[in-house]
Amino acid sequence: MSRRSLLRGAALGAGAVALPSLLTACGSGPSGVTMGSNASDAVPKKAFAAAFKAYEKKSKKTVRVNTVHHETFQENINRYLQGAPDDVFMWFAGNRMQYFAQKGLLSDISDLWRNFHGFTDALKKQSTGRDGKQYLVPYYYYPWAVFHRKSVFQEKGYEAPRTFDEYRALAKQMQKDGLVPFAFGDKDGWPAMGTFDYLDMRANGYDFHIALMSGQKAWNSPQVKQVFDLWRGLLPYHQKGANGRTWQEAAQTLAQKKAGMTVLGLPHPGQQFSVADRADLDFFPFPEIDPAHGRDAVEAPIDGFLMSKKAKDKEGAKDLLKFLATPQAEDIYLASDPNNIAVNSGADTAAYTPLQKKAVQLVAGAKQISQFMDRDTRPDFASTVMIQAIQQFLNKPDDIDGLVNDIERQKKQIFAAE
Amino acid sequence: MPKSPARRAGRPGARRYTRRDLVLLGVLLGIPILLDLALIWGPTLASVGLSFTTWDGVGDIRWAGLKNYDELFTSYPQFWPAVRHNLLWLAFLGLLAAPFGLLLAVLIDRGVRFSRFYQSTLYMPVVLSLAVVGFIAQLLLSRDQGALNAVLGGKNPTDWLGDPGINIWMVLLAACWRHTGYVMILYLAGLKSVDPSLKEAAAIDGASERQAFFRVVLPTLRPVNVIVGVITVIESLRAFDIVYAINKGRNGLELLSVLVTDNIIGEAGRIGFGSAIAVILLLVSLGFIVTYLVQELRGEQQR
Repeated sequence: MSRRSLLRGAALGAGAVALPSLLTACGSGPSGVTMGSNASDAVPKKAFAAAFKAYEKKSKKTVRVNTVHHETFQENINRYLQGAPDDVFMWFAGNRMQYFAQKGLLSDISDLWRNFHGFTDALKKQSTGRDGKQYLVPYYYYPWAVFHRKSVFQEKGYEAPRTFDEYRALAKQMQKDGLVPFAFGDKDGWPAMGTFDYLDMRANGYDFHIALMSGQKAWNSPQVKQVFDLWRGLLPYHQKGANGRTWQEAAQTLAQKKAGMTVLGLPHPGQQFSVADRADLDFFPFPEIDPAHGRDAVEAPIDGFLMSKKAKDKEGAKDLLKFLATPQAEDIYLASDPNNIAVNSGADTAAYTPLQKKAVQLVAGAKQISQFMDRDTRPDFASTVMIQAIQQFLNKPDDIDGLVNDIERQKKQIFAAE
Repeated sequence: MPKSPARRAGRPGARRYTRRDLVLLGVLLGIPILLDLALIWGPTLASVGLSFTTWDGVGDIRWAGLKNYDELFTSYPQFWPAVRHNLLWLAFLGLLAAPFGLLLAVLIDRGVRFSRFYQSTLYMPVVLSLAVVGFIAQLLLSRDQGALNAVLGGKNPTDWLGDPGINIWMVLLAACWRHTGYVMILYLAGLKSVDPSLKEAAAIDGASERQAFFRVVLPTLRPVNVIVGVITVIESLRAFDIVYAINKGRNGLELLSVLVTDNIIGEAGRIGFGSAIAVILLLVSLGFIVTYLVQELRGEQQR
């Protein structure tokens, strides 16, 4: 029984209690722009507070932040946007943003984008809705990779694997050495999606993956079966009981040197490592499966800010967004949350940790950037089909045919509803 | 010959309502009926209606006929487990928690030592919300950091809440922990109201204690039995918070109520499909409600 899980429980409870009142009481008044925040974890919460404070100081306006527990915020987004949403709120790039833009729940900020500097075309594409207008102010991104501790690799003489065979061999060796090769927790349902995405992109390529996510490819195709099959081969090296463990608990086993590696995003292990240990955290890109695709694609979800359609203080909201799009605003955030990477090319990278610099290189060298399964596909498909399907796979990895047929049948129904 | 005055004179009880009485009656009955229609029947019928459509909560509502139900029964893998878990919940609370609560009530009522202490201890969980019970269950049962595995030790800790074969039973135990206290308090109140002279009479007639309990005491507890039955059914059909607190009702903890919220309230917005699940839940509840009402009405007639 740890203090941590008790606190987390308490926070979750508080979020659940606070949510209904927030939903009704978060309209903007004369007191400034309201900001809907899903940054309920301590590190990002503090970092965002610093960024908003800088804006308040500069503009003499106030930003009222309504923080909701991270998962709860996502769960309620539909109701939130149709109720009385905050003027500006935190959200994700890609399909998951385009979906709400298409529903007419977001404010078009193309006029702001015309004056933005320092964003690449790839970023603009991820901030653009299907109607060609921009909706998102990207803020930071974080690549997914295979994380490990430098000291453990040095001590045992491990080397970062380049190919899948080397990856498997390394996992086997770790098991021999008494380590859990892969720290793994999927209680929240999404963390395992990262492993699926990488296996799919390495085995079948980025284009296939994106087509699969947008419903154009069949889930019961041999390609997808192969992905689950590869995964099944790795499962004996994964930490047992993943469905009962949160990613936080999994990342802690990596920090405690009980586990050798873990597939997560940059901030996840980072937040679970103590400050003293953080320099010991390292990663390597997910290994190559098919040489035709190499390690071209990198999964690097982009987080940012959206303006709701119902924003009461539109001018104030746009002013705030303008500030948040500047490299300075990103610098302030990253100063106290060194687990992400600024999207703006003007951001100050001098203060980056070696790990952050490595992450910048990883993304810069990527030929394609994916967003994450629950951002690259429809939210209803991800949340009502894929979370359950992957958890079921982790429980019963042997019935791949039944699993993919189930997914395909549900996919057809959900994508047909459009 | 004017008939009615004579009749009225003949039956003094049946007085005709004046216009004012009718207005008053209309207002007093009308307001609750309107509220009932607007707040309960309206949404219920809306759900039934929506269950035949597809709607994502924002765009157009399109007629879909029985498509949602068809999908639900044939290709939604979580549906049948959820139905099973709801029924299991009912059986577990009804056949284990409620009788156990009765047993505890009888023991405490017989005046064992420290009975007040037991009474308050057993009742304590009832003041907790089931969501809180869920958090406590996680502290106890978490695989890596839970108290139970720490006590049991061992190299291969049991995944009490993550293993879909075990977790439903653990959750049911946690739900029972709370339900038993609730039932016990109800029976204690009932037992206090049983006339002691009945038991004495039974004893004088040579009934054993067991006979006295089953033949004399239990029948007089009939009203309490009915209440316990009703709250047990309600508790099992509305079960939600504890599994949601543990893992959002996934991976072995599916319940109908969870599927409804998953589809309607989550990021998904499959309102038509979620409504179809809600209608199933409504039909199951109606089954119990109708049975209960029929029995009650029959009992009334016999009395």
